[in-house]
Amino acid sequence: MAIEAPGVSNTVDDPRPLSSPQPTPGSDLDRRFRRNVWLTWLFLFALLGVVFHGLHLDFSYVGQKLPFLLGLRLAPDGFIQGAALTILVTVCSMFFALLVALITALGRLSRNPLVFGVATFYASLFRGTPLMVQVLIIYLALPQVGIVLGAMTSGLIALSLNYGAYLAETIRSGVMAVPAGQREAARALALPRWVIAWKVVAPQALRLIIPPAGALFVSMLKDSSLVSLMGLWELNFLAQSYARATYHYMEMLITAAAIYWSMSIAFELVQLRLERRFGRGVVSVGRH
Amino acid sequence: MIQEPLITQSTDPTGRPLLAVEHLSKWYGPVQVLRDVFLEVATHERVVICGPSGSGKSTLLRCLNGLEPHQAGRIVVDGTELTGSAAALEAVRREIGMVFQSFNLFPHMTALENCTLAPIWVRKMPPTDAQDLARSFLARVRLSSHAHKYPGQLSGGEQQRVAIARALCMTPKIMLFDEPTSALDPEMTQEVLDIILGLAGTGMTMICVTHEMGFARRAADRIVFMDHGAIVAQGTPDQMFDNPQSERLTTFLSQILKHPSQGRLG
Repeated sequence: MAIEAPGVSNTVDDPRPLSSPQPTPGSDLDRRFRRNVWLTWLFLFALLGVVFHGLHLDFSYVGQKLPFLLGLRLAPDGFIQGAALTILVTVCSMFFALLVALITALGRLSRNPLVFGVATFYASLFRGTPLMVQVLIIYLALPQVGIVLGAMTSGLIALSLNYGAYLAETIRSGVMAVPAGQREAARALALPRWVIAWKVVAPQALRLIIPPAGALFVSMLKDSSLVSLMGLWELNFLAQSYARATYHYMEMLITAAAIYWSMSIAFELVQLRLERRFGRGVVSVGRH
Repeated sequence: MIQEPLITQSTDPTGRPLLAVEHLSKWYGPVQVLRDVFLEVATHERVVICGPSGSGKSTLLRCLNGLEPHQAGRIVVDGTELTGSAAALEAVRREIGMVFQSFNLFPHMTALENCTLAPIWVRKMPPTDAQDLARSFLARVRLSSHAHKYPGQLSGGEQQRVAIARALCMTPKIMLFDEPTSALDPEMTQEVLDIILGLAGTGMTMICVTHEMGFARRAADRIVFMDHGAIVAQGTPDQMFDNPQSERLTTFLSQILKHPSQGRLG
C-alpha cells in the first residue's frame, strides 16, 4: 500500500528516508506542494486567531505588559528580564554546552580507557537525570555543603552540562558517519591530521550534526524557563507573575507562548541557513 | 613459481629500484593475508597486479603507502623505509599517489577544490598556483569544463578522472590504482582506462590492481599474479597470457576470460 512520491531517491548521499513525502525540489509538483503548505498554515493561524478573539481577552493588558515580557524594560534591580534574559541564558548555555560537547565527543572517540570512561560516565549521568533535579541540586543543594552559586550561574551550569551530554552524542554520531574512505583518501594525499579533521571530516560531519543540534537548541530555549525556579525574571516567570497579579492567565501565558514560538522559528531559520551552507555538493535533483 | 623480478628500464643512476618490498607479511588477527611478498619496481615501470578476490592484491597496494600497517618485512620507497614513524609515512605518501575503487572524492568540495587541497596544505603552494596546477591536470583528464562542479554532479567515470587528477596534482613519483574501474558501468570503464593508458605513455611509474586483462596487456611492462596472499607468478604480458607457467594462473585466466563482466582481453 506504500505510495511512492515521484523523485524520492534513497541513495547513500541522500539523507531523506525512502518514505519522505516531499516531491522533487523545483518541480511543478513541488511548487504546488509548497503553496498548499503555506495556505494550510495561513488557515490554521487564522483559526487560532478567531478562537482567541472569541475568548474576549483583554488585549489592552497584553499591550501594556508586552514591553516587559519582551525585555525592552529593565527589571527593578536593573538586570535584564523577560525574553531578553531568556535569549541571554540560552545563547550563553549554547556556547558552553557546545564547548563541553566537543570535549566529550572527543573523549567518546578516544581509545584511552580513562578519557573514554570519563566521557561516557558524564554523558550517562547527565542524560539519565532530569534537568529540573540538576538545576535544584546545583542551586539549592550545593549551598548545604558550602558551595553557593548565583541563580544565573547555576542555571547556566545546569543547562550547559545537561545539553552538553546530549550534544556530545550528536557530534560523535556525525563524525562516525563520515565514510572511512574519506579519511583514507586524505591520508593517502599526505594531508596532516588537523587538515583532515578540519577540512575533510568536520564539514561533512556538520551537515549531519546541524539538524539534530538545531532541535536541541530550540528545546534548550524552552527549557531555559527552568531558571525561573531560581527567581530569575525570564519570560515564563514574568508572564506568570503578571497573570497572578490581575488574574489574566490566558492573556499572559498565550503571549509568552507566542514569544517562545517566534524565537524558536528564528532559531530554525538560522539552522536552515547553516544546513544549506554545509549541504554543498549534496545531490538533490533539480537544484543545480 | 616465483620468477626474478624484471628490472629492465631502470633509469635510476644508482640502479636502486624506486620501490622495494622485501619479505612482506601481514596478518588480520590470526589470518595471514600477505605471505613473504617480494616486489621491486623500477622508475618508469608499469606493473599490473591481478589475481582472484581475497588474494591480497589491494592489501599489498594499501601497505605500500601505509594505509595498512604490516607486521613483517620491509617497504622502501625512493630510499625511505616505511616504519611506523609519522615522518616516514608523510615522506612516502608525498611521493605516492593513490586512486581508489570508490573514488573517495571529497563531496563538499568542487573538482578544483579536491585537486588543490593537498598542494596547498602539503606542498604549501600559494592557492592561485595550486589552481593553475589543478586546472592543467583537470585538462589532462579532459574535465576542464567540470572544474566548478561537485562530485555528486559528475558521472562515475568523471569522478574517477577527477580522483586521478587529484592524485597527480601532488606530482607523485609512483601512482597506485586500486581496481580503478571496478565500480564503474562498462561504458565509463574505457574513458578511465584511456586516461591511465595515456599516463602510462608519459613514463609514470605505476602499480595497478585490475581485472581488465586487455588493459593489462596494453599497459603493463610486467604482470604480477597473486593468490592466497603470495605472489605466485610474474612476467611480461606475453609470458603470462600466452605461456602461463603456473597452474593456478591458467585456471584464473580461463575463469576471468569466460566472464565478460569480470575481465576483458580486449
